[in-house]
Amino acid sequence: MSPAVRFQNVSRRFGAIRAVDGVSLDIQPGEFFALLGPSGSGKTTCLRLIAGFEQPDEGHIEIFGETVEGVPPYRRNVNTVFQDYALFPHMTVGENVAYGLMIKGVGKAERETKARDALAMVKLAGYEGRRTAQLSGGQRQRVALARALVNGPKVLLLDEPLGALDLKLREQMQEELKSLQTSLGITFVFVTHDQGEALSMANRVAIFSEGKIVQVGTPADVYERPTSRFVADFVGSSNVLSPEVAASHGGSATWTSLRPERIEVVATGAGVPTGYASARGKVSVVSYQGAVTRITVVTDKLPLVASVPATTPFNKGDEVTIAWPMAAMVSMGDAA
Amino acid sequence: MTMAAAERPRGIGGAISDIFFARPQLLTLLLLMPPLLWIGVVYVGSLFALLLQSFYSLDDFSGLVVHQFTLATYQQLFEGSNVQIILRTVVMAALVTVVSAFIAFPIAYYAARYARGWMKALFYLAVMMPLWSSYLVKVYAWKLILAKEGVITWFANALHMGWLLDGVLGLPIVGGPSLSFSYVGTFLVFVYIWLPYMILPTQAALERVPANFIEASADLGADPGQTFRTVIFPLALPGIVAGSIFTFSLTLGDYIIPQIVGNSRLMIGQAVYTLQGTAGNIPLAAAFTVVPMVIMAFYLWMAKRMGAFDVL
Repeated sequence: MSPAVRFQNVSRRFGAIRAVDGVSLDIQPGEFFALLGPSGSGKTTCLRLIAGFEQPDEGHIEIFGETVEGVPPYRRNVNTVFQDYALFPHMTVGENVAYGLMIKGVGKAERETKARDALAMVKLAGYEGRRTAQLSGGQRQRVALARALVNGPKVLLLDEPLGALDLKLREQMQEELKSLQTSLGITFVFVTHDQGEALSMANRVAIFSEGKIVQVGTPADVYERPTSRFVADFVGSSNVLSPEVAASHGGSATWTSLRPERIEVVATGAGVPTGYASARGKVSVVSYQGAVTRITVVTDKLPLVASVPATTPFNKGDEVTIAWPMAAMVSMGDAA
Repeated sequence: MTMAAAERPRGIGGAISDIFFARPQLLTLLLLMPPLLWIGVVYVGSLFALLLQSFYSLDDFSGLVVHQFTLATYQQLFEGSNVQIILRTVVMAALVTVVSAFIAFPIAYYAARYARGWMKALFYLAVMMPLWSSYLVKVYAWKLILAKEGVITWFANALHMGWLLDGVLGLPIVGGPSLSFSYVGTFLVFVYIWLPYMILPTQAALERVPANFIEASADLGADPGQTFRTVIFPLALPGIVAGSIFTFSLTLGDYIIPQIVGNSRLMIGQAVYTLQGTAGNIPLAAAFTVVPMVIMAFYLWMAKRMGAFDVL
């Protein structure tokens, strides 16, 4: 079976800027796929290339095996949930949701039924007659989702879908989107700059930097085995050890990632467990974060950030021994 | 040294500020008083006086205004030549409005959607500059352009299209001895003079239609024509209606353009001008003035019913 979306060496330039630079990517049918990266990294342009709002300057794009170069957005079987929702202000909620069906010439009774069902699916049953201006941000988000899904797209594109919502609502919508995607089985492609969102929702993540994909993999892959300093830094936070420092702690002489939560503080008088590397240093920053405390320990080679249980109190200036399993040092190869 | 929690008011200005802070309604009242007096007394008051005049009548023998309530003056409006004047003016205003809307829309659309940087500045300059120069000068300039010896006749002859111009002038009612003595000429000048008032509100309305509405519409399957009909046009409609209020009411009331460019048949503005001047028939002049007001009120009511203001 052909992939839901295939990019072959796709580039898109805006003037001198290569917004998307030689991207190749296969998104499988039924995947919940995240395009993750900082702003300006080309992820949104990739989404717009799939939607058809942009055309590639080079390369080839397929959607379910069909070439889509030159196919306008209104003839593609994909739908988009826009970042600011783009709900039409001169239509009611019901008319917004039924818009795509109206355009296709679906009869009034049928499209009203389908719009009602779609609104019920996003938990907005009975909102058909409302004006969009009367809705909260979270409700608009749901209407935008219903308006896209009612058309039965083969691929649903979501552009920073949760960016405008507050934290609680965002967490709730994350779960709902995830269960919606599982029950519908539609391929979801979503753009986000929030690594937590990408890790918690997606089956696979593509990480963008400067128009290129730097790593593709499952959330666990990219978190536990980053292949570059950029990924180690961008996905979660990481202590990046230079080849010399890594080698001095018994790792391989390559750029190495060490996650803060893998570092433990060795109790006074206790020895360093076997299979662990260790370092001594002075605590320079203590940042209480509820469940954990992040401390920065200045060792003789470099400062290391450790996430430790908040149960043990630390003070600035404490002399501590820190240790981490040898396996926690993940070689990123020669990539800088 | 300890700091006082509250400082003493500084000077008379400070004291007044404190009073206003404590009584915000007082400040609102003071701020609203001048505009309310202006609108209430000078504006609505004079309009009311005008309305009152229209219910008086003129004594045909003495030529004096009879200060007695009567509907006789309004009755005169519906007599032969007066009805002709009203119909002529309304048809002209409607045509000017429709044609202005058609010319203005593409210009406004280009300016709102595509023009950037210096192109946008050039657009504003081109649209507004005619408004900065004297209206009379422009109308007289048009009289010369449209005259029999004018540039249009010359140009038509140079292109061997004189027959076309003669054909237009030969048409009944709208034609005449030359463009500057015909309804076609009056119409052209009206469209020229009022066009900016149609372009600017239309452009402002289109400017407020976010680009991603057009993308969203395309994304949901609408081709450009469908997007125009179902998204762009409905959202631009309040602007077009606003523009049409200008073009329509300005044409209804104008008395200079039809006097300089056109034939001797009167429009409402000219009728009012003649009646209140030499004829001294203030009541009938007032009644004529009420006609555009009633027409505009009806027009706005219709526009509202058709949902032109729903997005405002």
